[in-house]
Amino acid sequence: MRRAALLSFFVILSVFCWSLDGRGKEEDFPVPRPPFSEGIFPCSSCHAGMEVNTKRRELKEEHTNIQLKHGSISRWCLDCHDAANRDMLRLVNGDRIDFSHSYELCGQCHGPTYRDWKVGVHGKRIGYFEGGPRTYFLCVNCHNPHDPKFKPIKPEPPPFKPLYRYNPAAGK
Amino acid sequence: MADKRFTRRDFLKIASVATLSGVGLSGISCKKADLEEFLQKHYLEMTDEEKKQTIKRLEEKYLKKYGKKFTISTQGAKPGTLWGYGLDLSRCIGCRRCVYGCVKENNPSRYNPQLHWIRVVRLPEGSLINLEKTEHYYNPPLVPEPGYVYMPVQCQHCENPPCVKVCPVRATWKEPDGLVVVDYNWCIGCRYCIAACPYKGRVFNWAEPNIPPEELNTAVHYLGNRPRYKNVVDKCTFCVQRVRQGRYPACVEACPTGTRKFGNLLDPNSEIRYLIDHKRVFRLKEDLNTEPKFYYFFGL
Repeated sequence: MRRAALLSFFVILSVFCWSLDGRGKEEDFPVPRPPFSEGIFPCSSCHAGMEVNTKRRELKEEHTNIQLKHGSISRWCLDCHDAANRDMLRLVNGDRIDFSHSYELCGQCHGPTYRDWKVGVHGKRIGYFEGGPRTYFLCVNCHNPHDPKFKPIKPEPPPFKPLYRYNPAAGK
Repeated sequence: MADKRFTRRDFLKIASVATLSGVGLSGISCKKADLEEFLQKHYLEMTDEEKKQTIKRLEEKYLKKYGKKFTISTQGAKPGTLWGYGLDLSRCIGCRRCVYGCVKENNPSRYNPQLHWIRVVRLPEGSLINLEKTEHYYNPPLVPEPGYVYMPVQCQHCENPPCVKVCPVRATWKEPDGLVVVDYNWCIGCRYCIAACPYKGRVFNWAEPNIPPEELNTAVHYLGNRPRYKNVVDKCTFCVQRVRQGRYPACVEACPTGTRKFGNLLDPNSEIRYLIDHKRVFRLKEDLNTEPKFYYFFGL
C-alpha cells in the first residue's frame, strides 16, 4: 500500500515536472527548412572569429544587399539575430530560438496574424490535412523578413476568348 | 399525285431491310468493350463488382488511348465529412496560379476547347457586389494592379444545387460529403446544368479533349479528374481524388499567397470552421438560395 502511494507520488511529480518544462514553450509545427540564401548558413562559419560589435550602425562591407524595410526606424540586426550565437534568433525576452522557430519571433509583434497562422487561416499549408504528412509554410517562406511586403508578380496567361476560334497559346 | 413511283409498301420494304442490316452490321462491328460501355449502369446503381469491371474496362481504354497506366479510384465519401472551401479576398492577387495548378491536376482539355474550372475575375475596387463589372481576360505585366480586387470563382458545391435539379438523366448529383459530381459516362451533353448554374461553374467538352500525353495525371477518380469525352460536362470537384484521401486540393497548394483554405465543415477544429466562426464571410449570390459551401472571407 505504501509502496503504491510512493509510486503514484513519483508519477504525479514527474508529470508535474514535465508540464513545468513545457511551460512557456510554443508547440512545434511541421515547417520546412527556412529559405536561407545560398551558402549563408551557418552564420557562425564567418562570424565565429569576429568580434561582436553591438553598436547600431549601417553595414558597409557585408550584407549590403539587405535593405531593412521592416520597422527600420526602431530596429536593427541584433534585435532579432542573437549576438552571442549567430546561428540562432533572439526573442525580446532574451530567449534564443532556432531559425526553424522564427514564427515565434514574428509573433511577438504580429499577434493576430500569428494566431491565425497557428490555426491555418493565415499562411499556406500543403500535403495532408489528415492522415498524412503536411507542411506549414513559415512566415519567411512568403515574406522576406527584412522586406516583408508581398511583391507583385507576373500573372499566368488569361484564358483565350471564345472569339478566337483557336487557342493562340497552343500555336494551332 | 398520279405518278406513284414510291409506294408505302416499297418504303416499308426498304426501311425494314435497312434496319435489319444496320442492326446486323453494328452487331459485327461493335466491340465488346463498346457494347459494355453502352450498357453500363448509372454509377450509383452499380454494385461493387460492377464498379470493378467498369474501372478495369476504363483503365484498358485509357491505356489504349493515351498509352499510360491509369489508376482509377472509386473511393466513397467518408462518414462525418462535409467539405467546405474558404477564399480570402483580402489576399488574392489574381495571379491565376490556382487555375493552372488545377489544370495540371485535373486533366481538362488544354486547347480547342480550352477548359478551366477556375475563373479569376477582376473587379474595380468598391464594386464587389456588382458582378456586371467583372473582367476575366485581364493581362497586366504585374498583379495585383492598383484599384482592383480579384475574386476566383469555381463550382461552389451548393447544398441546394440547381444544376442537379435540372439534369434530365441524373448524370450529376451531390455526394454524401457534399461534393457535386458528374458521371461522364452518363452525361448526354444537353448542357441544362450549364444554363442552370449561376456561377458559371461548369464547362463543356465541345470537342474531343486535347491533353498532351506527358501532362496527363494518371492518379484519378471515377467522379473526378479522369479524362473526359467529347460532349460531356465537367467541373471542379474540390479534387475529389485528393480530399477523400485527406490531401488539400491542388488549387490550395498552388496558391502563392495562402488565399485558399479547405476543410471539413463538420469538424469543429478545422480551418474552415475557424474562419467561418472568426472572420467576416459571405457566399456568392446567397439570395438565390443555392447554399454554397464556398465561403469568401476577409482575412484582414
